[in-house]
Amino acid sequence: MTPNGHGDPMLVIDKERHVFNVARRTFVDPAILEAEREKIFGRCWLYLGHTSELAKPGDFVTRQVGGRHIIFARNPKGELRALLNTCAHRGAKVCRERAGNAKSFQCFYHGWIFGLDGNLRNLPDEEAYPADFKARSTSGLQPVPRFDTYRGFAFVCFDADAVSLSDYLAGAKEYIDIVADQSDLGMAIVGGTQEYSIRANWKLLAENSFDGYHAATNHATYLDYLKNTNGGLANVALKGVSHDLGNGHAVVEYSAPWGRPVAQWIPMWGDQGKVEIDAIYERLVERHGKERADRIATRNRNLVIFPNLVINDIMAITVRTFYPTAPDFMLINAWALAPAEESKWAREYRLFNFLEFLGPGGFATPDDVEALEQCQRGYANMAEVGWNDMSKGMGRETPSYDDEAQMRAFWAQWNQRIFEAAA
Amino acid sequence: MTIDLALPNPTRAQVEDFLFLEADLIDEWRLPEWLALFSDDAHYYVPSTDVAPDASPENNLFYIADDRFRLGERVKRLMKRTAHAEFPRSKLRHLVSNVRIRERAGDEWQVSSAFITYRTKEGQTDVFFGTNLHQLVWEGEGLRIREKRCLLASDGLRPQGRVSIIL
Repeated sequence: MTPNGHGDPMLVIDKERHVFNVARRTFVDPAILEAEREKIFGRCWLYLGHTSELAKPGDFVTRQVGGRHIIFARNPKGELRALLNTCAHRGAKVCRERAGNAKSFQCFYHGWIFGLDGNLRNLPDEEAYPADFKARSTSGLQPVPRFDTYRGFAFVCFDADAVSLSDYLAGAKEYIDIVADQSDLGMAIVGGTQEYSIRANWKLLAENSFDGYHAATNHATYLDYLKNTNGGLANVALKGVSHDLGNGHAVVEYSAPWGRPVAQWIPMWGDQGKVEIDAIYERLVERHGKERADRIATRNRNLVIFPNLVINDIMAITVRTFYPTAPDFMLINAWALAPAEESKWAREYRLFNFLEFLGPGGFATPDDVEALEQCQRGYANMAEVGWNDMSKGMGRETPSYDDEAQMRAFWAQWNQRIFEAAA
Repeated sequence: MTIDLALPNPTRAQVEDFLFLEADLIDEWRLPEWLALFSDDAHYYVPSTDVAPDASPENNLFYIADDRFRLGERVKRLMKRTAHAEFPRSKLRHLVSNVRIRERAGDEWQVSSAFITYRTKEGQTDVFFGTNLHQLVWEGEGLRIREKRCLLASDGLRPQGRVSIIL
Protein backbone atom coordinates (compact mmCIF):
# COMPACT_ATOMS: atom_id res chain seq x y z
CA MET A 1 0.00 0.00 0.00
CA THR A 2 1.21 3.48 -0.81
CA PRO A 3 0.31 6.82 0.77
CA ASN A 4 -3.31 7.82 0.72
CA GLY A 5 -4.41 4.74 -1.09
CA HIS A 6 -2.33 5.06 -4.26
CA GLY A 7 -1.02 1.75 -5.43
CA ASP A 8 1.90 2.82 -7.60
CA PRO A 9 5.51 3.01 -6.50
CA MET A 10 7.06 6.49 -6.58
CA LEU A 11 10.61 5.25 -7.19
CA VAL A 12 11.86 2.57 -9.56
CA ILE A 13 15.38 1.45 -8.72
CA ASP A 14 17.40 -1.21 -10.54
CA LYS A 15 21.01 -1.01 -9.45
CA GLU A 16 22.23 -3.61 -11.95
CA ARG A 17 20.77 -1.85 -14.94
CA HIS A 18 21.54 1.61 -13.49
CA VAL A 19 17.94 2.72 -13.36
CA PHE A 20 16.77 5.27 -10.78
CA ASN A 21 13.47 6.84 -11.75
CA VAL A 22 11.25 9.21 -9.78
CA ALA A 23 7.54 9.42 -10.53
CA ARG A 24 6.53 12.87 -11.74
CA ARG A 25 3.36 12.47 -9.75
CA THR A 26 5.41 13.21 -6.61
CA PHE A 27 5.60 16.83 -7.83
CA VAL A 28 1.93 17.42 -8.60
CA ASP A 29 -0.30 15.23 -6.45
CA PRO A 30 -1.98 17.03 -3.50
CA ALA A 31 -2.17 13.69 -1.66
CA ILE A 32 1.62 13.45 -1.82
CA LEU A 33 1.93 16.94 -0.32
CA GLU A 34 -0.43 15.92 2.49
CA ALA A 35 1.76 12.89 3.20
CA GLU A 36 4.86 15.12 3.16
CA ARG A 37 3.29 17.53 5.64
CA GLU A 38 2.66 14.71 8.07
CA LYS A 39 5.61 12.40 7.55
CA ILE A 40 8.39 14.79 6.54
CA PHE A 41 7.69 18.32 7.77
CA GLY A 42 5.85 16.94 10.82
CA ARG A 43 8.68 14.59 11.84
CA CYS A 44 12.05 15.82 10.59
CA TRP A 45 14.28 18.40 12.30
CA LEU A 46 13.75 21.70 10.47
CA TYR A 47 15.98 24.78 10.37
CA LEU A 48 14.60 27.66 12.42
CA GLY A 49 17.37 30.25 12.29
CA HIS A 50 20.89 31.10 13.32
CA THR A 51 21.75 31.99 16.91
CA SER A 52 23.63 35.09 15.69
CA GLU A 53 20.25 36.58 14.73
CA LEU A 54 19.50 36.90 18.46
CA ALA A 55 22.51 38.74 19.80
CA LYS A 56 21.00 40.23 22.97
CA PRO A 57 18.48 39.11 25.64
CA GLY A 58 15.01 40.06 24.41
CA ASP A 59 15.89 39.73 20.73
CA PHE A 60 13.36 37.80 18.69
CA VAL A 61 12.49 36.88 15.12
CA THR A 62 9.20 35.42 13.94
CA ARG A 63 9.27 32.81 11.25
CA GLN A 64 7.14 30.18 9.54
CA VAL A 65 8.64 26.72 9.80
CA GLY A 66 6.91 23.59 8.57
CA GLY A 67 3.67 25.54 8.21
CA ARG A 68 3.75 26.69 11.87
CA HIS A 69 4.22 30.25 13.12
CA ILE A 70 7.19 30.34 15.50
CA ILE A 71 8.76 32.97 17.77
CA PHE A 72 12.51 32.42 18.08
CA ALA A 73 13.68 34.44 21.07
CA ARG A 74 16.47 34.94 23.59
CA ASN A 75 15.10 35.27 27.12
CA PRO A 76 16.50 37.65 29.80
CA LYS A 77 18.88 34.91 31.00
CA GLY A 78 20.29 34.63 27.49
CA GLU A 79 18.67 31.24 26.79
CA LEU A 80 17.12 30.48 23.41
CA ARG A 81 13.44 29.67 23.08
CA ALA A 82 11.24 28.49 20.23
CA LEU A 83 7.58 29.20 20.97
CA LEU A 84 4.46 28.52 18.96
CA ASN A 85 3.09 31.93 18.05
CA THR A 86 -0.53 31.43 19.09
CA CYS A 87 -2.33 32.78 22.13
CA ALA A 88 -3.45 30.14 24.61
CA HIS A 89 -6.80 31.94 24.91
CA ARG A 90 -8.31 32.21 21.42
CA GLY A 91 -5.37 31.50 19.18
CA ALA A 92 -4.36 34.86 17.68
CA LYS A 93 -0.72 35.32 16.73
CA VAL A 94 0.66 37.24 19.71
CA CYS A 95 3.74 38.61 17.93
CA ARG A 96 3.13 40.20 14.55
CA GLU A 97 6.49 41.86 13.98
CA ARG A 98 9.16 40.05 12.01
CA ALA A 99 12.01 40.92 14.36
CA GLY A 100 12.83 43.14 17.32
CA ASN A 101 13.64 43.26 21.00
CA ALA A 102 10.92 42.76 23.59
CA LYS A 103 10.45 42.24 27.32
CA SER A 104 7.15 40.43 26.75
CA PHE A 105 4.57 39.69 24.07
CA GLN A 106 1.04 40.99 24.42
CA CYS A 107 -1.85 39.49 22.49
CA PHE A 108 -3.75 42.48 21.10
CA TYR A 109 -7.10 40.67 21.13
CA HIS A 110 -7.79 40.38 24.91
CA GLY A 111 -4.54 41.76 26.27
CA TRP A 112 -2.89 38.62 27.68
CA ILE A 113 0.82 39.20 28.31
CA PHE A 114 3.43 36.44 27.97
CA GLY A 115 7.08 36.42 29.02
CA LEU A 116 9.91 35.43 26.69
CA ASP A 117 9.74 31.93 28.20
CA GLY A 118 6.10 31.75 27.13
CA ASN A 119 4.69 31.98 30.69
CA LEU A 120 1.43 33.88 31.08
CA ARG A 121 2.34 36.93 33.16
CA ASN A 122 -0.75 39.09 33.22
CA LEU A 123 -4.27 39.10 31.89
CA PRO A 124 -7.06 41.63 32.26
CA ASP A 125 -9.78 40.77 34.81
CA GLU A 126 -7.63 38.06 36.30
CA GLU A 127 -10.09 37.65 39.22
CA ALA A 128 -12.51 35.97 36.84
CA TYR A 129 -10.13 32.98 36.57
CA PRO A 130 -9.09 30.36 39.18
CA ALA A 131 -6.18 31.28 41.46
CA ASP A 132 -3.70 28.91 39.77
CA PHE A 133 -4.72 29.83 36.23
CA LYS A 134 -1.59 31.76 35.29
CA ALA A 135 0.66 28.97 36.53
CA ARG A 136 -1.05 26.27 34.46
CA SER A 137 1.15 25.01 31.66
CA THR A 138 -1.77 25.28 29.25
CA SER A 139 -2.12 29.03 29.88
CA GLY A 140 1.22 30.02 28.34
CA LEU A 141 2.66 30.09 24.85
CA GLN A 142 3.58 26.52 24.04
CA PRO A 143 7.18 25.65 23.23
CA VAL A 144 7.80 23.64 20.06
CA PRO A 145 8.02 19.96 21.02
CA ARG A 146 11.77 19.78 20.25
CA PHE A 147 14.36 22.52 19.93
CA ASP A 148 18.13 22.25 19.73
CA THR A 149 21.13 23.91 18.13
CA TYR A 150 24.25 22.67 16.43
CA ARG A 151 27.15 25.10 16.08
CA GLY A 152 24.89 28.13 15.77
CA PHE A 153 22.26 26.49 13.55
CA ALA A 154 18.94 26.25 15.43
CA PHE A 155 16.43 23.54 14.57
CA VAL A 156 12.93 22.58 15.68
CA CYS A 157 11.04 19.33 15.39
CA PHE A 158 7.31 18.82 15.81
CA ASP A 159 7.69 15.12 16.67
CA ALA A 160 8.33 14.70 20.39
CA ASP A 161 9.62 11.18 19.76
CA ALA A 162 12.15 12.07 17.07
CA VAL A 163 15.83 11.12 17.40
CA SER A 164 18.14 13.79 18.83
CA LEU A 165 19.31 16.59 16.53
CA SER A 166 22.84 15.25 16.73
CA ASP A 167 21.77 11.77 15.59
CA TYR A 168 19.50 13.28 12.94
CA LEU A 169 22.27 15.40 11.40
CA ALA A 170 24.55 12.34 11.16
CA GLY A 171 27.33 12.91 8.62
CA ALA A 172 26.13 16.45 7.89
CA LYS A 173 27.72 17.61 11.15
CA GLU A 174 31.18 17.28 9.62
CA TYR A 175 30.19 19.79 6.92
CA ILE A 176 28.48 22.19 9.32
CA ASP A 177 31.74 22.06 11.31
CA ILE A 178 33.70 23.11 8.22
CA VAL A 179 31.49 26.19 7.90
CA ALA A 180 31.52 26.99 11.63
CA ASP A 181 35.31 26.58 11.80
CA GLN A 182 35.80 29.46 9.35
CA SER A 183 35.59 31.95 12.22
CA ASP A 184 37.29 32.59 15.56
CA LEU A 185 34.35 34.50 16.94
CA GLY A 186 31.51 32.58 15.38
CA MET A 187 29.66 32.79 12.10
CA ALA A 188 26.92 35.39 11.78
CA ILE A 189 24.01 36.11 9.48
CA VAL A 190 24.61 39.32 7.49
CA GLY A 191 21.64 41.73 7.65
CA GLY A 192 18.99 41.23 4.98
CA THR A 193 16.82 38.29 3.92
CA GLN A 194 16.23 37.28 0.34
CA GLU A 195 12.60 36.22 0.22
CA TYR A 196 11.23 34.80 -2.98
CA SER A 197 9.05 32.05 -4.35
CA ILE A 198 9.13 29.52 -7.14
CA ARG A 199 6.12 28.17 -8.97
CA ALA A 200 7.37 24.64 -8.68
CA ASN A 201 7.48 21.72 -6.28
CA TRP A 202 9.82 22.14 -3.29
CA LYS A 203 11.73 18.92 -4.00
CA LEU A 204 12.96 20.36 -7.29
CA LEU A 205 14.83 23.06 -5.36
CA ALA A 206 16.34 20.48 -3.00
CA GLU A 207 17.70 18.65 -6.09
CA ASN A 208 18.81 21.84 -7.83
CA SER A 209 20.72 23.09 -4.79
CA PHE A 210 23.42 20.44 -5.21
CA ASP A 211 23.07 19.63 -8.90
CA GLY A 212 26.51 20.07 -10.46
CA TYR A 213 25.33 18.87 -13.88
CA HIS A 214 23.32 21.92 -14.92
CA ALA A 215 26.01 24.59 -14.49
CA ALA A 216 27.46 24.75 -17.99
CA THR A 217 24.12 25.07 -19.79
CA ASN A 218 21.74 26.65 -17.31
CA HIS A 219 24.36 29.10 -16.01
CA ALA A 220 26.13 29.83 -19.30
CA THR A 221 25.71 33.59 -18.84
CA TYR A 222 27.30 33.48 -15.38
CA LEU A 223 30.33 31.65 -16.80
CA ASP A 224 30.45 34.24 -19.62
CA TYR A 225 30.44 36.95 -16.98
CA LEU A 226 33.32 35.38 -15.06
CA LYS A 227 35.35 35.22 -18.28
CA ASN A 228 34.59 38.90 -18.94
CA THR A 229 35.82 40.04 -15.55
CA ASN A 230 39.48 40.83 -15.90
CA GLY A 231 41.43 38.28 -13.85
CA GLY A 232 38.22 37.08 -12.30
CA LEU A 233 39.22 33.44 -12.13
CA ALA A 234 41.88 31.34 -10.41
CA ASN A 235 43.63 28.60 -12.33
CA VAL A 236 41.65 25.86 -10.60
CA ALA A 237 39.66 23.12 -12.30
CA LEU A 238 36.01 22.47 -11.49
CA LYS A 239 36.05 18.91 -10.16
CA GLY A 240 35.05 16.94 -7.10
CA VAL A 241 32.92 14.21 -5.58
CA SER A 242 29.59 13.68 -3.86
CA HIS A 243 28.96 12.07 -0.46
CA ASP A 244 25.86 10.46 1.01
CA LEU A 245 25.84 11.69 4.64
CA GLY A 246 23.03 9.50 5.96
CA ASN A 247 19.36 10.27 6.75
CA GLY A 248 18.88 11.83 3.31
CA HIS A 249 21.57 14.47 3.76
CA ALA A 250 24.22 14.72 1.04
CA VAL A 251 26.92 17.04 -0.20
CA VAL A 252 29.03 17.73 -3.26
CA GLU A 253 32.57 18.87 -2.47
CA TYR A 254 34.72 20.28 -5.26
CA SER A 255 37.35 22.75 -6.38
CA ALA A 256 36.29 25.74 -8.50
CA PRO A 257 37.99 28.72 -10.12
CA TRP A 258 36.06 31.52 -8.43
CA GLY A 259 37.37 33.54 -5.49
CA ARG A 260 36.49 32.53 -1.94
CA PRO A 261 36.79 35.16 0.82
CA VAL A 262 37.77 32.15 3.02
CA ALA A 263 40.31 31.82 1.40
CA GLN A 264 41.04 31.46 -2.33
CA TRP A 265 42.59 34.48 -4.01
CA ILE A 266 41.81 35.53 -7.58
CA PRO A 267 43.88 38.00 -9.63
CA MET A 268 40.97 40.47 -9.70
CA TRP A 269 41.49 41.09 -5.97
CA GLY A 270 44.97 42.56 -6.56
CA ASP A 271 48.02 42.72 -4.30
CA GLN A 272 46.15 44.13 -1.32
CA GLY A 273 43.60 41.35 -1.65
CA LYS A 274 46.44 38.82 -1.71
CA VAL A 275 47.68 40.16 1.63
CA GLU A 276 44.16 39.88 3.10
CA ILE A 277 43.53 36.37 1.78
CA ASP A 278 46.98 35.14 2.85
CA ALA A 279 46.31 36.39 6.39
CA ILE A 280 42.94 34.59 6.50
CA TYR A 281 44.59 31.42 5.23
CA GLU A 282 47.46 31.63 7.77
CA ARG A 283 44.93 31.98 10.56
CA LEU A 284 43.08 28.88 9.31
CA VAL A 285 46.34 26.90 9.30
CA GLU A 286 47.16 28.06 12.85
CA ARG A 287 43.79 26.96 14.13
CA HIS A 288 43.18 23.80 12.16
CA GLY A 289 46.46 22.61 10.64
CA LYS A 290 47.34 22.72 6.96
CA GLU A 291 45.26 19.79 5.74
CA ARG A 292 41.99 21.00 7.23
CA ALA A 293 42.77 24.62 6.36
CA ASP A 294 43.24 23.60 2.71
CA ARG A 295 39.92 21.78 2.75
CA ILE A 296 38.14 24.78 4.26
CA ALA A 297 39.84 27.27 1.97
CA THR A 298 40.05 25.59 -1.41
CA ARG A 299 37.03 23.27 -1.56
CA ASN A 300 33.45 24.33 -2.22
CA ARG A 301 30.52 22.52 -0.68
CA ASN A 302 26.84 22.36 -1.62
CA LEU A 303 25.11 20.68 1.31
CA VAL A 304 21.46 19.66 1.54
CA ILE A 305 20.22 18.66 4.98
CA PHE A 306 17.03 16.66 4.54
CA PRO A 307 14.44 17.82 3.86
CA ASN A 308 14.91 21.54 3.14
CA LEU A 309 18.03 23.18 4.55
CA VAL A 310 20.68 24.19 2.04
CA ILE A 311 24.09 25.42 3.14
CA ASN A 312 26.16 26.30 0.11
CA ASP A 313 29.74 27.18 1.04
CA ILE A 314 30.83 28.39 -2.38
CA MET A 315 31.93 31.90 -3.53
CA ALA A 316 29.99 33.06 -0.46
CA ILE A 317 27.89 31.12 2.03
CA THR A 318 24.16 30.96 1.53
CA VAL A 319 21.76 29.41 4.04
CA ARG A 320 18.41 28.67 2.46
CA THR A 321 15.14 27.04 3.50
CA PHE A 322 11.95 26.52 1.55
CA TYR A 323 8.44 25.25 2.12
CA PRO A 324 5.61 24.15 -0.14
CA THR A 325 2.30 25.96 0.07
CA ALA A 326 0.92 23.85 -2.79
CA PRO A 327 2.35 21.01 -4.91
CA ASP A 328 3.43 23.60 -7.48
CA PHE A 329 4.45 26.52 -5.24
CA MET A 330 7.11 27.12 -2.61
CA LEU A 331 8.33 30.01 -0.46
CA ILE A 332 12.07 30.48 -0.04
CA ASN A 333 14.10 32.37 2.57
CA ALA A 334 17.83 32.83 2.03
CA TRP A 335 20.54 34.48 4.10
CA ALA A 336 24.24 35.20 3.81
CA LEU A 337 26.51 33.77 6.51
CA ALA A 338 29.97 35.16 7.23
CA PRO A 339 32.71 35.12 9.87
CA ALA A 340 31.74 37.70 12.52
CA GLU A 341 35.27 39.15 12.61
CA GLU A 342 35.61 39.43 8.80
CA SER A 343 37.35 42.60 7.55
CA LYS A 344 35.44 45.26 5.67
CA TRP A 345 37.36 44.29 2.53
CA ALA A 346 36.49 40.60 2.73
CA ARG A 347 32.85 41.30 3.65
CA GLU A 348 32.42 43.57 0.66
CA TYR A 349 33.81 40.95 -1.72
CA ARG A 350 31.80 38.21 -0.07
CA LEU A 351 28.55 40.06 -0.66
CA PHE A 352 29.63 41.11 -4.16
CA ASN A 353 30.38 37.44 -4.91
CA PHE A 354 27.06 36.41 -3.37
CA LEU A 355 25.03 38.73 -5.56
CA GLU A 356 26.78 37.98 -8.82
CA PHE A 357 25.69 34.35 -8.58
CA LEU A 358 23.19 33.77 -5.79
CA GLY A 359 19.72 35.03 -5.13
CA PRO A 360 16.73 36.04 -7.25
CA GLY A 361 18.51 39.09 -8.69
CA GLY A 362 21.81 37.34 -9.43
CA PHE A 363 23.20 36.00 -12.70
CA ALA A 364 22.33 32.39 -11.89
CA THR A 365 19.37 31.90 -9.54
CA PRO A 366 16.78 33.48 -11.90
CA ASP A 367 17.71 30.83 -14.45
CA ASP A 368 17.29 28.12 -11.80
CA VAL A 369 13.86 29.55 -10.99
CA GLU A 370 12.98 29.42 -14.68
CA ALA A 371 14.27 25.84 -15.02
CA LEU A 372 12.28 24.58 -12.04
CA GLU A 373 9.12 26.32 -13.23
CA GLN A 374 9.57 24.81 -16.69
CA CYS A 375 9.96 21.35 -15.13
CA GLN A 376 6.70 21.90 -13.29
CA ARG A 377 5.04 22.93 -16.57
CA GLY A 378 6.43 19.80 -18.21
CA TYR A 379 4.63 17.61 -15.68
CA ALA A 380 1.37 18.52 -17.39
CA ASN A 381 2.49 15.72 -19.74
CA MET A 382 2.75 13.29 -16.86
CA ALA A 383 0.10 10.88 -18.12
CA GLU A 384 2.25 10.09 -21.15
CA VAL A 385 5.73 10.84 -19.76
CA GLY A 386 5.65 9.85 -16.12
CA TRP A 387 9.23 9.54 -14.83
CA ASN A 388 12.32 11.63 -14.09
CA ASP A 389 15.63 9.90 -14.73
CA MET A 390 18.07 10.27 -11.82
CA SER A 391 20.62 7.64 -12.84
CA LYS A 392 23.64 9.76 -13.74
CA GLY A 393 26.84 8.22 -12.39
CA MET A 394 25.15 5.11 -10.95
CA GLY A 395 27.87 2.84 -12.31
CA ARG A 396 30.74 4.88 -10.90
CA GLU A 397 32.79 3.76 -7.92
CA THR A 398 33.15 7.39 -6.76
CA PRO A 399 30.29 9.60 -7.95
CA SER A 400 31.40 12.96 -9.33
CA TYR A 401 30.06 16.31 -8.08
CA ASP A 402 28.08 16.49 -11.33
CA ASP A 403 26.53 13.04 -11.00
CA GLU A 404 23.23 12.43 -9.23
CA ALA A 405 24.18 10.23 -6.26
CA GLN A 406 23.41 13.08 -3.85
CA MET A 407 19.88 13.36 -5.24
CA ARG A 408 19.39 9.62 -5.03
CA ALA A 409 20.27 9.85 -1.31
CA PHE A 410 17.59 12.54 -0.91
CA TRP A 411 14.98 10.52 -2.79
CA ALA A 412 15.72 7.26 -1.00
CA GLN A 413 15.12 9.01 2.34
CA TRP A 414 11.97 10.71 1.00
CA ASN A 415 10.63 7.36 -0.17
CA GLN A 416 11.41 5.67 3.14
CA ARG A 417 9.68 8.37 5.17
CA ILE A 418 6.60 8.62 2.96
CA PHE A 419 6.08 4.87 2.93
CA GLU A 420 7.31 3.90 6.41
CA ALA A 421 3.88 3.85 8.06
CA ALA A 422 2.40 1.80 5.27
CA ALA A 423 5.31 -0.63 4.92
CA MET B 1 28.80 70.44 -0.58
CA THR B 2 28.65 73.72 -2.45
CA ILE B 3 26.15 74.14 -5.22
CA ASP B 4 27.50 74.82 -8.68
CA LEU B 5 25.34 77.70 -9.88
CA ALA B 6 26.64 77.31 -13.41
CA LEU B 7 24.67 74.08 -13.79
CA PRO B 8 21.15 74.44 -15.11
CA ASN B 9 18.35 73.52 -12.76
CA PRO B 10 16.10 70.89 -14.35
CA THR B 11 12.38 71.39 -14.02
CA ARG B 12 10.17 68.58 -12.82
CA ALA B 13 8.88 68.23 -16.38
CA GLN B 14 12.44 67.67 -17.63
CA VAL B 15 13.11 65.12 -14.90
CA GLU B 16 9.82 63.37 -15.69
CA ASP B 17 10.68 63.22 -19.38
CA PHE B 18 13.98 61.65 -18.45
CA LEU B 19 12.36 59.01 -16.19
CA PHE B 20 9.69 58.27 -18.82
CA LEU B 21 12.42 57.80 -21.43
CA GLU B 22 14.20 55.43 -19.08
CA ALA B 23 10.98 53.44 -18.54
CA ASP B 24 10.31 53.18 -22.28
CA LEU B 25 13.85 52.00 -23.05
CA ILE B 26 13.49 49.18 -20.52
CA ASP B 27 10.01 48.23 -21.74
CA GLU B 28 11.26 48.09 -25.34
CA TRP B 29 14.28 45.97 -24.32
CA ARG B 30 16.62 48.70 -25.65
CA LEU B 31 18.91 47.92 -22.74
CA PRO B 32 22.25 49.08 -24.22
CA GLU B 33 20.61 52.51 -24.76
CA TRP B 34 19.21 52.33 -21.23
CA LEU B 35 22.71 51.62 -19.91
CA ALA B 36 23.99 54.74 -21.67
CA LEU B 37 21.79 56.81 -19.34
CA PHE B 38 24.15 55.92 -16.48
CA SER B 39 27.34 57.75 -15.54
CA ASP B 40 30.63 55.82 -15.43
CA ASP B 41 30.58 55.73 -11.62
CA ALA B 42 26.94 54.63 -11.41
CA HIS B 43 25.33 52.08 -9.12
CA TYR B 44 22.04 50.19 -9.38
CA TYR B 45 20.56 48.82 -6.16
CA VAL B 46 17.59 46.68 -5.19
CA PRO B 47 17.83 46.17 -1.40
CA SER B 48 16.19 43.29 0.42
CA THR B 49 12.85 44.39 1.79
CA ASP B 50 13.72 43.83 5.48
CA VAL B 51 16.63 46.30 5.60
CA ALA B 52 16.58 50.08 6.04
CA PRO B 53 15.92 52.07 2.83
CA ASP B 54 19.42 53.60 3.05
CA ALA B 55 21.16 50.31 3.92
CA SER B 56 24.60 49.71 2.44
CA PRO B 57 25.31 46.65 0.26
CA GLU B 58 28.72 46.42 1.93
CA ASN B 59 27.17 45.00 5.08
CA ASN B 60 23.63 44.04 4.11
CA LEU B 61 22.31 41.35 1.81
CA PHE B 62 20.55 42.95 -1.18
CA TYR B 63 18.80 41.46 -4.19
CA ILE B 64 20.93 43.52 -6.57
CA ALA B 65 23.95 45.77 -5.92
CA ASP B 66 25.65 46.48 -9.27
CA ASP B 67 28.52 48.82 -9.90
CA ARG B 68 28.81 50.18 -13.43
CA PHE B 69 30.83 47.17 -14.64
CA ARG B 70 28.39 44.59 -13.36
CA LEU B 71 25.44 46.64 -14.59
CA GLY B 72 27.00 46.47 -18.06
CA GLU B 73 27.38 42.71 -17.69
CA ARG B 74 23.74 42.49 -16.54
CA VAL B 75 22.68 44.21 -19.76
CA LYS B 76 24.89 41.92 -21.88
CA ARG B 77 23.38 38.91 -20.13
CA LEU B 78 19.80 40.08 -20.60
CA MET B 79 20.35 40.54 -24.35
CA LYS B 80 21.39 36.87 -24.75
CA ARG B 81 19.24 33.86 -25.57
CA THR B 82 21.07 32.03 -22.78
CA ALA B 83 19.61 34.36 -20.13
CA HIS B 84 16.96 31.67 -19.71
CA ALA B 85 14.88 33.58 -17.16
CA GLU B 86 14.26 36.23 -19.83
CA PHE B 87 14.19 34.15 -22.98
CA PRO B 88 11.74 34.34 -24.57
CA ARG B 89 11.67 37.87 -23.22
CA SER B 90 9.00 39.11 -20.86
CA LYS B 91 6.63 41.82 -21.93
CA LEU B 92 7.00 44.82 -19.65
CA ARG B 93 5.26 48.04 -18.79
CA HIS B 94 6.75 50.47 -16.31
CA LEU B 95 4.48 53.17 -14.92
CA VAL B 96 6.26 56.09 -13.24
CA SER B 97 4.38 58.55 -11.06
CA ASN B 98 4.57 60.87 -8.03
CA VAL B 99 7.84 62.34 -9.31
CA ARG B 100 9.46 64.70 -6.81
CA ILE B 101 12.78 66.53 -6.90
CA ARG B 102 13.79 66.09 -3.28
CA GLU B 103 17.10 67.85 -2.98
CA ARG B 104 20.00 69.36 -4.81
CA ALA B 105 23.52 68.86 -3.45
CA GLY B 106 26.46 70.03 -5.56
CA ASP B 107 26.02 68.57 -9.03
CA GLU B 108 23.45 66.00 -7.91
CA TRP B 109 19.67 66.00 -7.82
CA GLN B 110 17.83 63.51 -5.63
CA VAL B 111 14.61 62.43 -7.28
CA SER B 112 11.98 60.07 -5.92
CA SER B 113 9.20 58.45 -7.92
CA ALA B 114 6.63 55.72 -7.44
CA PHE B 115 6.74 52.80 -9.85
CA ILE B 116 4.46 49.97 -10.85
CA THR B 117 5.96 47.44 -13.24
CA TYR B 118 4.04 44.65 -14.92
CA ARG B 119 5.87 41.66 -16.31
CA THR B 120 4.14 39.01 -18.41
CA LYS B 121 5.70 35.75 -19.51
CA GLU B 122 3.94 32.57 -20.64
CA GLY B 123 0.56 33.77 -19.51
CA GLN B 124 1.75 34.71 -16.03
CA THR B 125 1.67 38.38 -15.00
CA ASP B 126 3.65 39.65 -12.04
CA VAL B 127 3.48 43.09 -10.48
CA PHE B 128 6.44 44.87 -8.90
CA PHE B 129 5.87 48.14 -7.09
CA GLY B 130 7.69 50.57 -4.87
CA THR B 131 9.76 53.72 -4.87
CA ASN B 132 12.68 54.58 -7.11
CA LEU B 133 15.32 56.94 -5.77
CA HIS B 134 17.44 58.41 -8.56
CA GLN B 135 20.58 60.46 -8.08
CA LEU B 136 20.83 62.48 -11.29
CA VAL B 137 23.78 64.52 -12.53
CA TRP B 138 24.40 66.79 -15.52
CA GLU B 139 26.88 65.25 -17.88
CA GLY B 140 27.61 66.99 -21.15
CA GLU B 141 24.28 68.06 -22.57
CA GLY B 142 21.95 65.94 -20.49
CA LEU B 143 20.99 64.25 -17.28
CA ARG B 144 22.67 60.99 -16.29
CA ILE B 145 21.90 58.49 -13.51
CA ARG B 146 24.62 58.19 -10.86
CA GLU B 147 22.57 55.96 -8.62
CA LYS B 148 19.25 54.19 -8.94
CA ARG B 149 17.85 52.56 -5.81
CA CYS B 150 14.64 50.56 -6.20
CA LEU B 151 12.84 50.13 -2.92
CA LEU B 152 10.32 47.34 -3.34
CA ALA B 153 7.18 47.93 -1.29
CA SER B 154 6.20 44.26 -1.34
CA ASP B 155 7.15 41.64 1.23
CA GLY B 156 10.16 40.25 -0.55
CA LEU B 157 9.73 38.87 -4.05
CA ARG B 158 6.51 37.01 -3.47
CA PRO B 159 5.00 35.84 -5.64
CA GLN B 160 7.23 37.33 -8.36
CA GLY B 161 10.01 34.89 -7.53
CA ARG B 162 12.85 36.78 -9.14
CA VAL B 163 13.93 40.17 -10.35
CA SER B 164 15.23 39.09 -13.73
CA ILE B 165 14.04 42.28 -15.43
CA ILE B 166 15.29 45.82 -14.86
CA LEU B 167 13.01 47.54 -12.37
